[in-house]
Amino acid sequence: MIELSSIYKTFNHGTIDEKVLFNNFNLKINDDEFVAVIGSNGSGKTTLLNIISGSTDVDGGKILLGGREINKMKDYKRAFKIGRVFQDPALGTCPSMTIWENLSIADNKGKRFGLSFGLNRARKDFYRTQLEFLGMGLEDRLNTPAGTLSGGQRQALAMIMATLVRPDLLLLDEHTAALDPKAADIVMELTDKLVNEKKITSLMVTHNLRYAVEYGTRTIMMHDGDIIMDVSGAERTDIGIDNYLKVFNEISLEKGN
Amino acid sequence: MIELLIIGILEQGFIYGIMAMGVYITYTILDFPDLSVDGTFPLGIAVCFVLIRNSVNPWFALLIAFAAGCVAGAFTGIFNVKLKIRNLLCGILTMTALYSINYGIVGKASDFLLNNSVTIFSQTEFLFKGHAAFYSKLAVIIVIALIAKFALDWYMRTKSGFLLRSVGDNESLVITLAQNPGTIKIIGLSIANGLVALSGAVYCQYSRAFNVGSGTGTVVMGLAAVIIGVTVFKKIKFMRITTGVIFGMIVYKACISIALAAGLRSQDTNLMITILFIATLVINEFFLKKKKSGVRLHD
Repeated sequence: MIELSSIYKTFNHGTIDEKVLFNNFNLKINDDEFVAVIGSNGSGKTTLLNIISGSTDVDGGKILLGGREINKMKDYKRAFKIGRVFQDPALGTCPSMTIWENLSIADNKGKRFGLSFGLNRARKDFYRTQLEFLGMGLEDRLNTPAGTLSGGQRQALAMIMATLVRPDLLLLDEHTAALDPKAADIVMELTDKLVNEKKITSLMVTHNLRYAVEYGTRTIMMHDGDIIMDVSGAERTDIGIDNYLKVFNEISLEKGN
Repeated sequence: MIELLIIGILEQGFIYGIMAMGVYITYTILDFPDLSVDGTFPLGIAVCFVLIRNSVNPWFALLIAFAAGCVAGAFTGIFNVKLKIRNLLCGILTMTALYSINYGIVGKASDFLLNNSVTIFSQTEFLFKGHAAFYSKLAVIIVIALIAKFALDWYMRTKSGFLLRSVGDNESLVITLAQNPGTIKIIGLSIANGLVALSGAVYCQYSRAFNVGSGTGTVVMGLAAVIIGVTVFKKIKFMRITTGVIFGMIVYKACISIALAAGLRSQDTNLMITILFIATLVINEFFLKKKKSGVRLHD
């Protein structure tokens, strides 16, 4: 469970570009929820993820993960409990290392990175089956450097890596936005499968309204640092995608983009 | 005559090849332009020099020099990671400080080992009889270089080595793995400068001399070898890059020796090295524009 209470965040404090983003922002995500966040540019979606992961500090408020305050915790320490997939497929994998090596380091998360052999030979078959699901033929290319893969392939690999050791919370930062529609669908399907299989509490920022409604258990729409829509359960699908689009267009028009 | 020239090239190539592997770690793997090398190479010489003079076992002296290099490299890392000083400046600071430290260790600007000093070479001489005696030093040097190479290759295949490789490649991934990228950087710089100091220590026993200024240009030499090694020898599939880097240094040393034999004045070598280096970089860029070369020296 992740809980953000009374979050305050201002960018460029005291300058002409000062921007108050979060002014008493609150959000609570229960265990096993899969939350999709949509919103206009500058609405604070990505900042929300950065605040949770620790890449951005808050000016005030509390961030609780599993009941424990993590405000002061460094980003890499929070990562023990948090998995993350970025928009840029290059950020989720190590380009000079092979698929197998990438999966091996991801599989070792939370354990010691000592002087034992790096490649995880025992789990090779397991990695194969994980990759087979993608239908991208990666299972036969375990010794290919990740840097030579396409964006979609790398993102799919990054997705598998982020969940190999089950995180308490998974942050997905527009992780399909940089992909072509077909690859985006594959990665989204994979995300859904992994999140459901492993019951991972997830927070997904997306620009794709269809994904935000079709996948997950709860949809949140953000605007100017506020939550203007928060629906789950039957209500969520009953609204219909057109109505989401209507609200979304209204807030976007208001901002002029 | 030619045989001696070739032996000399190989001896120096393998000695400096150990140093080049250190440069390979910082420049290629960590993407960290580490200039401490110009100070840690003579640090290795200085530490080894004093230990040998005090009749310490010469093999043990190599280990101590390696450790001293590790400590110096860790300082460069700490300057960068903990004190947030820019990476280029960190190396310059360490290098500058080491100039005084190296001087302090030996006590004067230059000195020679006594003729009866026990070195790794004097200890192993008896193994080589007749004509083979010409190769006695080379054999010992190759053994040390290969041990360093295989140790580094082994390390790069461990979990810790995997992290080292990812930190230069993709720092955000290291963070998502719940590891502190700063610590890994410090470890990497430490190992790299340890190798450089080890190279200096072997050189100390080989040349039996210490000179406080002997580190100048080490980085450029190492980089040249790394570039030759990575670009020329990368195409050979079964060969590891570390092997390529050592070969790169041998090629480099051969070029210098040939130039000197052809009449280049030794005081002009640094100028020639710089010109050659720039030429290599430009050619490298030209041929590998489309491909990712793996050596990132400028954007």
